[in-house]
Amino acid sequence: MELNLSVDLGRGLKLKNPVMTASGTFGYGEEFADFINLDKLGGYIVKGTTLNPREGNDYPRMAETPSGMLNAVGLQNKGVDYFIREIYPRIQRFDSAMVVNVSGASPDDYAEVCRRLAPLDGVAAVEVNISCPNVKQGGMAFGTTCEGAAAVTRAVRAAFPRHVIVKLSPNVTSVTDIALAAEAEGADSVSLINTLMGMAIDVERRRPCLSTITGGLSGPAVRPVAVRMVWQVAKAVKIPVIGLGGITCGRDALEFIMAGATAIEIGTANFIDPAVTVKAVEEITDYCHRHGISDIAELRGII
Amino acid sequence: MKKQIIDFRIIDRKMLAGDRYALLKLVVADGSQLPEGIRAGQFAQVDAGCKGVMLRRPISINKIDYATGELWLLVRDAGRGTHAITRLSEGDMLNMVLPLGNTFSYPAAGSKVLLVGGGVGVAPMLQLGIELKAMGTDPVFLLGARSQTDLLELDEFSRTGKVHVTTEDGSMGVRGFVTDHPAMNERYDMVYCCGPAPMMKSVARSARKSGSACEVSLENMMACGLGACLCCVEKTVKGNVCVCTEGPVFNIDQLTWN
Repeated sequence: MELNLSVDLGRGLKLKNPVMTASGTFGYGEEFADFINLDKLGGYIVKGTTLNPREGNDYPRMAETPSGMLNAVGLQNKGVDYFIREIYPRIQRFDSAMVVNVSGASPDDYAEVCRRLAPLDGVAAVEVNISCPNVKQGGMAFGTTCEGAAAVTRAVRAAFPRHVIVKLSPNVTSVTDIALAAEAEGADSVSLINTLMGMAIDVERRRPCLSTITGGLSGPAVRPVAVRMVWQVAKAVKIPVIGLGGITCGRDALEFIMAGATAIEIGTANFIDPAVTVKAVEEITDYCHRHGISDIAELRGII
Repeated sequence: MKKQIIDFRIIDRKMLAGDRYALLKLVVADGSQLPEGIRAGQFAQVDAGCKGVMLRRPISINKIDYATGELWLLVRDAGRGTHAITRLSEGDMLNMVLPLGNTFSYPAAGSKVLLVGGGVGVAPMLQLGIELKAMGTDPVFLLGARSQTDLLELDEFSRTGKVHVTTEDGSMGVRGFVTDHPAMNERYDMVYCCGPAPMMKSVARSARKSGSACEVSLENMMACGLGACLCCVEKTVKGNVCVCTEGPVFNIDQLTWN
């Protein structure tokens, strides 16, 4: 039986399958080219990019926690101009949708980064990070109020002509309200969840494990929270939902799809198995064959 | 050099220094060749394969022998993940991503070099000594430990080059830290060092004083080992860089140590 795994997220963002990579866990894609054929991915979302270079937070930035990890990288990157000049020409060769994750300290910052990315035809979409828990200015501050989410989405919408994904924070009372605010300002899709704010203490040293004390929790530990939020948001909005949070295999990805996600992102699992993304595509394919599914859309939002 | 995900099989495991370290000898499980071009200083991301441990653990290459197809890892039991790795048995499988990271630099043949290792930091010094010797440079090792019983692989080091020893309790060699050894006062074309951070900083200071070039191997905590997570950063003169890809070996001139 012919199987259709392709998904259309709207405004030109078409993926050959629903599997993408989560920003900050997959570098610029090329770091994984020894392990997988990137052409087999639906899309890849490159590391959070800001207007100016950022050094990120002090070491230590990472702590392993039960079935997960905390990170406090703090958006280390060399800035959008460096990305355009040095990295974009190298990674254009992958036959997979390239999405650039964008961050900023003000709505104008976000918009300016998007304006500079707009002429690059290879950038199929931007993912607007209004949910980073590891920076003092901007980041999650915008993603925790409807007004903040709306302001950033509005600014980006005016600056970028192609697909705009707004990445939502789980560190809120009502994620659906934030999603609706982004949708109202012209977001083409929403992705969720970014990391959950967390904290760990080294009791022997009597010190926080991270230099920033708190950080973002990711990995399988957050998956049930993520599935729940995707389910809630998918019921509330009309635009497509991209699900992420602790996905480690095709089965996990299918949970999100059944909860209502059109596409999914794999993050922390890339650190453990650099080939996990392509395996997940194969596992989703196997599942569809076993269950007589001819189009992945048949499974979307069935719960 | 292509990075690979490979299943290895343990063909020998020896516990060292009162069960706190394991020397694992491994071969590629399916009998195929070792990945080509693995060099001293590089490391593997090892799947501990145990409950409650999610991330891989970075372990440096202790020795690689293309003639026998053996790869050696010297592992310190330093936590749940490495504990599980040290408790594996002959015949057990170990999944690794390798080779990762850069290598030590190689001096001209006949150069005067000192290879300083402390604790489990002696691990990469063995392979480095073997490579230097093959290139016509006689390696001189300076190995430090708390006590005689904590000195690791002394037989292997002695077979490879001249060995100086320091112990904190004076049970063997010079009493004190590696920097208390008179060999540390001489000028070298290169001092290589791997060990606990305070030891490396102190060796770096000694090397500066004697006018020796110096390379150190860092072991910052990391998640991916591939330059993607940006967790293992070290402050350098170029800003924060990933130890897993720009290192683990750094010339001390690149670091912001005082």
